Amino acid sequence: MTASAASSSGLFVPIYEVSTELFISLDGLRMPARRGETVIAVLLRNAAALGRSEFDGRSRAGFCLMGACQDCSLWSEDGGRIRACMTMVEDGMALVTAPPLAET
Amino acid sequence: MSGPSQDAPPVIVGAGPAGLAAAGAFVEAGIHPIVLDESDRPGGQGTRRLTPLLCDKAEPLFGARASRRRQEREAREDHILSLCDYRANTVVWGAFDGGLELLSGGACQDLRYAHLLLATGATDAILPLPGWTLPGVYSLGGAQVALKRHGSFIGRKIVFAGFSPLLYLAAAQYCRLGLREITVLDTTPLRGKLHAAIGMARYAAGTLRQGLSLMAELRRAGVRIRAAAELLAVEGKDHVEAFRFRDAAGREERLDCDAVAIGFGLRPETQLAELAGAAFEFDPVLRHWFPRVSPDGQAGPALWIAGDGARTMGAEGARFAGRLAALSMLQAMGRGEAVKSDEMRRLRRRLEHARRFQLAAAKAFRLPGEMLSRLPGETVLCRCERVTLGEVRAAVPRASGPVEVNRVKAITRCGMGRCQGRYCGVALGEVVAEATGRDLAEVGRLRAQAPIRPIPMSAAMRDAAE
Repeated sequence: MTASAASSSGLFVPIYEVSTELFISLDGLRMPARRGETVIAVLLRNAAALGRSEFDGRSRAGFCLMGACQDCSLWSEDGGRIRACMTMVEDGMALVTAPPLAET
Repeated sequence: MSGPSQDAPPVIVGAGPAGLAAAGAFVEAGIHPIVLDESDRPGGQGTRRLTPLLCDKAEPLFGARASRRRQEREAREDHILSLCDYRANTVVWGAFDGGLELLSGGACQDLRYAHLLLATGATDAILPLPGWTLPGVYSLGGAQVALKRHGSFIGRKIVFAGFSPLLYLAAAQYCRLGLREITVLDTTPLRGKLHAAIGMARYAAGTLRQGLSLMAELRRAGVRIRAAAELLAVEGKDHVEAFRFRDAAGREERLDCDAVAIGFGLRPETQLAELAGAAFEFDPVLRHWFPRVSPDGQAGPALWIAGDGARTMGAEGARFAGRLAALSMLQAMGRGEAVKSDEMRRLRRRLEHARRFQLAAAKAFRLPGEMLSRLPGETVLCRCERVTLGEVRAAVPRASGPVEVNRVKAITRCGMGRCQGRYCGVALGEVVAEATGRDLAEVGRLRAQAPIRPIPMSAAMRDAAE
């Protein structure tokens, strides 16, 4: 999967050149990323959602993009919670869209 | 628990324009404050630094001169912070008398203070629309942060809607970086705009000129601008597909688009101020609740507040307010010899001027609260808990006694979610005021509760056990 093919399915359009320096994953789906990118930039140029609202099941994809609304909350597989808009990518980062059972 | 000595370094929360200006004043006086900031880089939100991934885009985005000035300012700020106890990536999630609760690197920590400056800034004031929870709808400030921090456009075909000086600036910045399919829907009524323009010209002709030149720039680039628009709905199945609005002549129009940025001015971030003991007052012109501060920014014996979190005045006003608050703190710390009283007088004058400009501008940028009364009941009002406008309207008669927003929150859960009412609180006040036929000032404001940011359960339990 090339980055340009992937970006056509996403919401965000990167203004910088994308490249594959590392990988992160969301619900097991691997996505290439470049050092210095935010997690939300990588996820939303590859996907059109960051999971679903636990109240009505509709897709969610962040709103304020500056750490205040928590709409882009994701969980690492060990249960830690991150805000995709406030977190920089790291190689091997494995994220899930629903909280693991231990941390609900 | 005893507090720190009066010689303890002052604590600043927020490394935006106000916090950095205050830090600069302390450093000049030979004092090294603790600066806590949630972000990984200083600069705040409106004046956020450009991601290094876009380092070649600074000139097209800001212009050659402004981008040089930005570089110089950032170098100055870096120098100041190198002389402070600067803690990036640090969330302040609570405050109590004389102390703050911090979360950094997954661990919670208490920080006692003798002198605290809150420079927590503002977030977009938001009114809901049918479909505003669809992926692809972002706050106006968020759309700008998407560019500067995330290096990305929020979509390929974008509607910028609402009112705010930021509306035209954000659209222009997208345009300068190459996006052309942009529509601006300005909800400001034309008559209000004219009146405000006269008032604004009196206090800051330069700012008014900047606004007009942004509009001219957008028109030259082929951007469609619709004035006095009434926003109707965002449409789409799983993401944004179209935007419906009514133009000034009352004609309904449907625009194809894949992203929307909405904002209706700014609202102060005041949760920490409230937890630290500040009193609040309603500003009838700006139509928001603000912490009560002295002209120098003092809100309590050990508490100062500066910048958009105290009075919405933009980056320039925030720098004056931050510096003035730091000088007032130096006096309170017994370091008055480092403070020149004529400088304080000058700063107070500039601040008063900025405030008058803001009040003049607010006459144009009035929140279109009446827009809410025409929205259908199934419109989601609280995006976190998915509470609808209809549920909130129905709850008002069920509340006994004088109806205020915290009662309605308790009944409906509106404002109880993870954003803590930041993005529904403005509309909740308007809806309750309308449903009760009372003034916005009388229905109160959502009370803040710690943690003001979600914290890991493990960290919270550790904290409770101590």
